[in-house]
Amino acid sequence: MNVALVKNETGSALSDSFAIARDRLPGTGKVAAAREAAFAAYAQAGLPHRRIEDWKYTDLRALMREVLPLAPAPDAAEFSRAASAAKLHAIEGVRRLVLVDGVFAPKLSELGGIEKGLGIRTLRETLETGDAALQALLFTPDNANPMVALNSAMMTDGVVIDVADGVVLSQPLQIVHIASGTVPAAMFTRSLLRLGKDAGATLVESYIAAEGAKAYQVHDSLMISIGNNSRLDHVRLNEDGRDAFNISSGVVSLGAHAHFNTFGMMSGAGVSRYQATIAFAGEGSRVETNGVNLLNGKQHADTTLFMDHAVPHCDSREIFRAVVDDRAHSVFQGRIIVRPHAQKTDAKMMTRALLLSDDAEADNKPELEIFADDVTCGHGATTGALDESLLFYLRARGLSEKEAQALLIQAFVGEAIESIVNDGLRELAIAAAQRWLEARG
Amino acid sequence: MTALLEVKDLKVRVEEREILHGLSLTVNPGEVHAIMGPNGSGKSTLSHVIAGKPGYEVTGGEILFKGEDLLEMSPDERAAKGVFLAFQYPVEIPGVATMNFLHVALNAQRKARGESQLTTPEFLKKAYAAAASLNIPRDMLKRGVNVGFSGGEKKRNEILQMALFEPAVCILDEMDSGLDIDALRVAADGVNALRSQGRAMVVITHYQRLLNYIVPDFVHVMSKGRVVKSGDKELALELEASGYAQFEDAA
Ligand SMILES: Nc1ncnc2c1ncn2[C@@H]1O[C@H](COP(=O)(O)OP(=O)(O)OP(=O)(O)O)[C@@H](O)[C@H]1O
Ligand SMILES: [Mg+2]
Repeated sequence: MNVALVKNETGSALSDSFAIARDRLPGTGKVAAAREAAFAAYAQAGLPHRRIEDWKYTDLRALMREVLPLAPAPDAAEFSRAASAAKLHAIEGVRRLVLVDGVFAPKLSELGGIEKGLGIRTLRETLETGDAALQALLFTPDNANPMVALNSAMMTDGVVIDVADGVVLSQPLQIVHIASGTVPAAMFTRSLLRLGKDAGATLVESYIAAEGAKAYQVHDSLMISIGNNSRLDHVRLNEDGRDAFNISSGVVSLGAHAHFNTFGMMSGAGVSRYQATIAFAGEGSRVETNGVNLLNGKQHADTTLFMDHAVPHCDSREIFRAVVDDRAHSVFQGRIIVRPHAQKTDAKMMTRALLLSDDAEADNKPELEIFADDVTCGHGATTGALDESLLFYLRARGLSEKEAQALLIQAFVGEAIESIVNDGLRELAIAAAQRWLEARG
Repeated sequence: MTALLEVKDLKVRVEEREILHGLSLTVNPGEVHAIMGPNGSGKSTLSHVIAGKPGYEVTGGEILFKGEDLLEMSPDERAAKGVFLAFQYPVEIPGVATMNFLHVALNAQRKARGESQLTTPEFLKKAYAAAASLNIPRDMLKRGVNVGFSGGEKKRNEILQMALFEPAVCILDEMDSGLDIDALRVAADGVNALRSQGRAMVVITHYQRLLNYIVPDFVHVMSKGRVVKSGDKELALELEASGYAQFEDAA
């Protein structure tokens, strides 16, 4: 295969679309320059492929082939279809912030009665008129990862959320990404959540498709900083359309004595990659990051986590479950690094995959790099089928094959879901899993 | 009268080896049959084949349930029609709460029979009453199915299911093993409470003692994959005295 040629083709097609899109991308001066630099980094690498170690199981050149042009701003019909989708997936009691085809939709969002200490702005206005320091912060994610670089170059909108010191939000926030376009297109979004000291917040991210949305690409990223003594509960639910691509990145940093409880469920999208870096910057902090992939058909879902124990006395727990049916492919890559001074680190990672068909595939790549000597670290992984004797027991009690499987699948993903501390969020995840099981028939 | 369960000349193989070599058994409504026999004689195999466990190849004979071909039915169809097996070794199902399991199972059977679904309160009432009659504490029902249950608790959980599902044919595979004397009496009382005109029991056991509590109408001796002798409850006493040696040759 002519690698150079492939790279050129994808590269130049995209260069054109970047050139075309440039005028629509918010920000001038340093922002525009930062975009140019990010784009150059992306163009140099092109779409990641299997010979890049980190992308070994998720070859975007084979799976995605090209980056689609920037989605046009949604029109009235698209907003209206997006509104229906938003309504269908509405969650009680949250403050909803909606992005339609990568553009913040104030009319679909709830912006009234913002509680004291909560600030919400759009990414667009921040890049156009925000202060330089904040703009610079938005460009800090590492361009070495081509998909992060692409996102930096192309980001059009998103939400920038600030929670002031000492403020514990009474209402969860939800960022809803809705794809509504009837032509295949890509959307590029980035959001930022900054929790001050002694603060608390709950954030839900949802990815959904409006009726009739065509094969689309979501390129998203979320930057989170959690201040000292603060806590964030976070759930990500991907229920994108089956033709969709979702490439999302998370960049999280925690101060001292902070707590981050995060859970992700991938049941949508044809091809998805969620890559997150979680860095401990202050001592005495804790992270629970858990995930469930529920895949069938020809879905491909990759979760790649990098846990960076840079300081002492921090704990991390990763529980990951994959349920893979038909010809679907689940990937989990978990890297834990314990840096030389990060003594008393307690880091554990457990991955289990359940294969429901002979053609289903699950790849698991744990990596522990430990440079401190007084630490507790461990990882474990299993892959297997449903236990025949358990299935038979259930069937002998009257459950059909599908019902018996559903009960065992629920139990299998249960451990990861149970780790969601917030009751409301846990219910959401259970409901999303339920929808997947019901769709299975 | 149609027999509830008719096993005719049943031949069963497991992994190329024939385990049952032409076994026959007829069970009529209201009857209690005991099956005794040495380890490895095929008692559990028979019970598994009746319940529809995969992995067994029926190479000859048939099993009729109320005149219908049981071997044509899936395990869940058999359960819904009223075939119940209390397992010799009930499995543990972590992550599936016992209460939820019982509710889902009962409603699945009712759905298959075209009966209404029990709401949670309706179900709880029924389940708690059944559990109380078997001395099963409620918090046991909140735990995963059989997870961390003692041997005796697992057996009681099987009898509880039998009480809830009200099957037509109950096959009890060594329900007495692992039960202490008091628990045995409670479980046997539970079984006896279910004895009725229309319902039949097949009690597989190694010990005559159980048959003092659940008094059988017929006792069958199984050896090497066949029924080698049938009689009334006196046969169990004879076996207790003389052992199985006399049947080893007959088989
Ligand atoms: N899955 C299997 N693979 C191979 N052999 C089997 C299998 N299941 C049963 N057998 C064999 O079939 C024979 C009958 O076993 P079964 O469990 O039916 O005996 P049993 O009468 O219930 O014995 P026990 O009184 O010990 O419970 C045994 O020799 C056993 O090893
Ligand atoms: Mg046995």
